[in-house]
Amino acid sequence: MQYDAEIIQTRSLSRRFGDTTAVDALTLDIYRGEVFGFLGHNGAGKTTTVRLLNGILGPTAGSCRVLGLDPVSEGSALRRQTGVLTESPSLEERLTAREILFLYGRMYGVDPDRLVARVTVLLGEFGLEDRADEVAGSYSKGMRQRLALARTLIHNPSVLFLDEPTAGLDPVGQRDVHELVVQLSQESGRTIFLCTHDLVEAQKLCHRVAVMQRGQLVAMGTPEGLAQELQQGVHLEITTDACPPNDALVGLPVITDSSDRLSAFSWDESTHTAGVWLSTREAIPSLVAALVTAGIHIYRVTPVEPTLEDVYFAINDRSTGDHAKHPTP
Amino acid sequence: MTMPNTQPRRSQSRKLDWGIVNTIARRDLAMLLRSKGVLLPIIVLPLLLQVAMPAAIGLLTPSMNAAQEMQDLQRFLTMMPEQMKRQFATYNEAQTLVVFMLVYMFAPLFLILPMMTASVIAAGSFAGEKERKTLEPLLYTPATDTELMLGKVLSAWIPAIVVGSVGFLIYSIVVNLASWETMQHVFFPTAMWGVLIVWLAPAAAALGLGTIVLVSSKVSTFQDASQLGSTVVLPVILLVVGQAAGVLYLSPGLVFAIGLVLWAVDAVVFWFAVKTFRRTEIIARL
Repeated sequence: MQYDAEIIQTRSLSRRFGDTTAVDALTLDIYRGEVFGFLGHNGAGKTTTVRLLNGILGPTAGSCRVLGLDPVSEGSALRRQTGVLTESPSLEERLTAREILFLYGRMYGVDPDRLVARVTVLLGEFGLEDRADEVAGSYSKGMRQRLALARTLIHNPSVLFLDEPTAGLDPVGQRDVHELVVQLSQESGRTIFLCTHDLVEAQKLCHRVAVMQRGQLVAMGTPEGLAQELQQGVHLEITTDACPPNDALVGLPVITDSSDRLSAFSWDESTHTAGVWLSTREAIPSLVAALVTAGIHIYRVTPVEPTLEDVYFAINDRSTGDHAKHPTP
Repeated sequence: MTMPNTQPRRSQSRKLDWGIVNTIARRDLAMLLRSKGVLLPIIVLPLLLQVAMPAAIGLLTPSMNAAQEMQDLQRFLTMMPEQMKRQFATYNEAQTLVVFMLVYMFAPLFLILPMMTASVIAAGSFAGEKERKTLEPLLYTPATDTELMLGKVLSAWIPAIVVGSVGFLIYSIVVNLASWETMQHVFFPTAMWGVLIVWLAPAAAALGLGTIVLVSSKVSTFQDASQLGSTVVLPVILLVVGQAAGVLYLSPGLVFAIGLVLWAVDAVVFWFAVKTFRRTEIIARL
């Protein structure tokens, strides 16, 4: 993807609450049209960052600009162009869906002549038209989330902040939200800032991700780039008729760890699958040749690509010093 | 890489947008009108103060031993200003009792109505919204802190004035009807009540409201805000006690003077409220 303009910029952005540092010297650039995943455990500083970027919380140090505006001094003008889906739908439960959308449309300064049409379109797109005149308190969790999303989009924002948009949704609801995020990101260069701890979701939707830990940015890049950075080598799964002899690895660039545990094939008897780590993809043909020479029948060789989940856990393990749980050479 | 465009395009302190203020006020009012928890005290209190109690006094006075009651009232009457003494001199004992109770003793009690109405609504609007977590999306809108506060203040102040005015109308009808046998003429409202309704009651409502806005920045629940805010009725109780003790009597001039003091206090309270009502402070407590 081509990045032509920075939409969100932070420089050493920090926020403290008493003795707790919620966001610690965060520096990042997010570009127009990008779906940016902001990953981290609960309490990692994701929601605080969203609040800082929208000027509803002031930084204790550092600075940020969104759409070229300073959220602290130009918050009102900025918030006309951003939309935030909060972690919980936070709906006015005694108002109807239609009332809520009209209300927020007026708050965001949507042209009154266009507001009726906009509300009607959103109610239709989010499957709420049949119950548009019922109070939001009577809605199911999925419907509430859809209404909250519709509310976020009422003014057609240029930058969309989605804080855990699929939390608590059933698989169908999650799929609907994922499809919507893809659709929204393709519309007129809209930038999406997606806070999540769902790694599958982030891998599926995001162009780039940042991993936060205790308020600090610990990694940033494309999911694939991060995987390559963290995982030096390639993990092969080889389906064979028998456990391959470790002699076949002699002379090949096999990755070993300090316990020498990875210098041999692993073997799963139930699936007849051997596993091995090579430092480069170029060594794969040599390995296959060695196994054939050793009389092993090979049915399938699969380079296993690391998932964002692997990357995430590797980062976590690296920072906590716990390498045993998820060994990454 | 350089940070783009450091010149502010639009200041946070832009011109007040009354459309946004109006929208916030309408939003809060719509939610209020559908909340039994908030509506109930707003309906029950006027029924008690404006209907049940004056009706009981007006209807029971003819059957009471007015002469006996007057002995107790005599002390108060001798301490009254000359002008009021002249007014009471035209009444018989039963009429004096009715006028003393329904015109003078009920006047400060009436102030509780707009004050409590404003407090209850404001507690629901400020602290209650924090509790229900419906405040956060509102903070993400373009509304400035001043617009947010004004919208919420109006959504509590206007109903308080409406409840006070409607309550006054009902009270006027009830006291005249219930006391007709004793008074034999329309004796209410008086000039003092006129000043009280137009001048003092709105100030009292504003005081209840301002206090809640102030305490709401420090608490997170409707209950906490209501409890802290209820201390605002203390001056009203002092007025009741003052009259009962014969220390002061509410005349139009005194009511106007109390109103003046209250508006001044309101100005100070709201000055602090505006200073403390910052979305950056509110969100930190959500």
